[in-house]
Amino acid sequence: MNATAATPIAAEPTEWTLLPRGRVGMVTLILTESALFSIFVVAYLFYIGKSLNGPYPKDVLELPILATICLLSSSLTITLAERGLRRGHVGGFSLWWGLTILLGVAFLASTAIEWYRLIYQDGLTIATNLFGTTFYTLVGFHAGHVTVGLILLSLVLVLSLLGHVKQAHAERVEVLSWYWHFVDVVWVVVFTVVYIIGR
Amino acid sequence: MTVLDQTMAQPRPAEARLPLLLVLHEWVTTVDHKRLGIMYICSGIVFFVIAGLEATIMRWQLFFPNNDAISPQVFNRLFTMHGTTMVFLVGMPIIIGMANYLVPLMIGARDLAFPRLNAFGFWLFLFGGLLLYFSFLGGDGLYGAGTAPDVGWFAYSPLTGRAFSRGNSTDYWILGLLVGGIGSIATAANIVTTVVCMRCKGMTLGKMPLFVWMLTVVSVLILLVMPPLTAAQVMLLFDRFLGAKFFDTQAGGSAVLWQHFFWIFGHPEVYVLMLPGFAAASEIIPVFSRKVIFGYPMMVAATIAIGFIGMGVWAHHMFTVGMSAMSNTFFTAATMLIAVPTGIKIFNWLGTMWGGRIRFATPMLFCIGFLLQFLVAGLTGIMLAVSPFDWQLSDSYFVVAHFHYVLIGGLLFTIFATIYYWFPKVTGRMLSERVGKWHFWLFAIGFNLTFAPMHISGILGMPRRIYTYEAGRGWELWNQLSSIGVIFQIAAVLIFVWNIISALRHGEPAGDDPWDAWTLEWSTTSPPPEYNFETPPVVRSRRPLWDLKHPEDPDWRHE
Repeated sequence: MNATAATPIAAEPTEWTLLPRGRVGMVTLILTESALFSIFVVAYLFYIGKSLNGPYPKDVLELPILATICLLSSSLTITLAERGLRRGHVGGFSLWWGLTILLGVAFLASTAIEWYRLIYQDGLTIATNLFGTTFYTLVGFHAGHVTVGLILLSLVLVLSLLGHVKQAHAERVEVLSWYWHFVDVVWVVVFTVVYIIGR
Repeated sequence: MTVLDQTMAQPRPAEARLPLLLVLHEWVTTVDHKRLGIMYICSGIVFFVIAGLEATIMRWQLFFPNNDAISPQVFNRLFTMHGTTMVFLVGMPIIIGMANYLVPLMIGARDLAFPRLNAFGFWLFLFGGLLLYFSFLGGDGLYGAGTAPDVGWFAYSPLTGRAFSRGNSTDYWILGLLVGGIGSIATAANIVTTVVCMRCKGMTLGKMPLFVWMLTVVSVLILLVMPPLTAAQVMLLFDRFLGAKFFDTQAGGSAVLWQHFFWIFGHPEVYVLMLPGFAAASEIIPVFSRKVIFGYPMMVAATIAIGFIGMGVWAHHMFTVGMSAMSNTFFTAATMLIAVPTGIKIFNWLGTMWGGRIRFATPMLFCIGFLLQFLVAGLTGIMLAVSPFDWQLSDSYFVVAHFHYVLIGGLLFTIFATIYYWFPKVTGRMLSERVGKWHFWLFAIGFNLTFAPMHISGILGMPRRIYTYEAGRGWELWNQLSSIGVIFQIAAVLIFVWNIISALRHGEPAGDDPWDAWTLEWSTTSPPPEYNFETPPVVRSRRPLWDLKHPEDPDWRHE
């Protein structure tokens, strides 16, 4: 090889800090997930009132108030957990983090109960009509994201209980909490579209 | 300004003698952006040859009227696989490979932000492609109906419903692209993060090479428009397997909704493919005109404008579906609007060449070919944007001519330019200029001979995707010219492959900077070491190597 390489070096090195990778990576993930959800939301809005046969939303849908309270308050608990870790309270972190997971599980359980009732009592499946098709797809995609979030959160909880989560990890934990907040915001949209506009 | 000359690490001399299994193992397990970039581009070239052969069979079938060399069913599979392959398995991997290889080098980084995610994206793409091609074997499913997908590359509903597409061929189309699409999204997220977080000291956004700017906009576009395709494909899968009703017109579903969802992805996808071509031209034209790019800020602004407007023009693919007058007007206007930033770019490239000392090396020849042919593509594009004109010529060979002028005359020519320009950096060897010129001229002649006559056969009323035509409609001559052009293109591609192979074996050593260029990748060795730069570079202008070579008149005094 004729291998001398020249690297340009400037005279005056100045201050040079760029954003951390984890945060920017999470922002790109949230951006692309938003695009994904917006298509399912558009499909839901487009097909409101276009089902040719019942059951219709107004007959079978009930407002999932309790589930919504659970999920939205989990955004609060995860913030408390992450702030605790930032201050070095690992015990408090584990407590709030575990509570977040419980609230998420409660939300999923509420969805499961709702679906059970819809399928076995009201006879609404994904193949029944356009309402069933769009409802199970949109709500299901959101529930899928909650599930993925819960798996990730549980992983952190296990690591934390084993004593591997330290104050130094506050940044990473915060990045993960952004995903959880995103899932919450999506629920606000889904709730509005499915249970308010669509009913 | 101090200049540091450093001896970079020699490539391991033992590498050539490693056992084949070890070499393969190294490539399969690599997370190095350069190796992944090479693998992306090489697999893209393999798929290019396959899809080119599919096109060749179609041109052979259309040479004579009333020809029956292949059946209509086979013809449907061929144009579906040709289009799908060229867009998803040739265009996408090659532009992602370019981004992979060049973006970290150009911003003075040692790798992408998430190297393992990068490898994950590549393998998703490759296995997605293999899944699509497995349909030739497995598409029969349990029904014994259909093999490869035959629904066209945009897979319009209700053709894709269970009733009309039996067997599993459509499922392979869905799953192959779904998997590959997730890979593209992963890589796009990676590139955006890399550009935001890993630029070398001094490289502010306003000092980034235009190549990096444009690939960043492309990556953001991928993040925003790939998910709609994924979502639509998930809906289609639910329709086909779970009995969902999204596109089931008998249950009140809408076939037009699929068209909207597909083209919300499909049209920005054209810009996803085309902007990297612009990006390469924006690096190559200045170097071979020996001038700094004309209107750098306007180029950046035009790129972002194309990204924005490009997301609001999709329904110009659907003028004939019967939209409201309001929609037709909106999408006509939006489509015409996008010609403005694109025109700005063409004038800026011309302005760069104007008064320059132009070196007509092969990369530059391909760029000039790109400028002329892309202009034709842009002009027919504006014609087709006018909805009443489109009502006449939609789904005719005129449209086929238009988008092949975009994607071959525009994109493929710049991809060839890219390969001729950066091959010395990637391999340390020069491609032969003499053979390269044969490649250029044969390909330019073959391409224009194939696709220019399609404008005329289209205006004469020949619809696209027909497997044969009757004699006496005045289409014979134009089809025969098109088919003859293919021979030239095949010859050119063979010459190109031969050029690569012979350059790899005994090409002239390239040195670090064979073109006397200005961006950071030329400051390291050819090929670059695994860590790219021994010392992370520091830049003060858009052309760091110019500053280095001309300390008496550095760029940063003028920017």
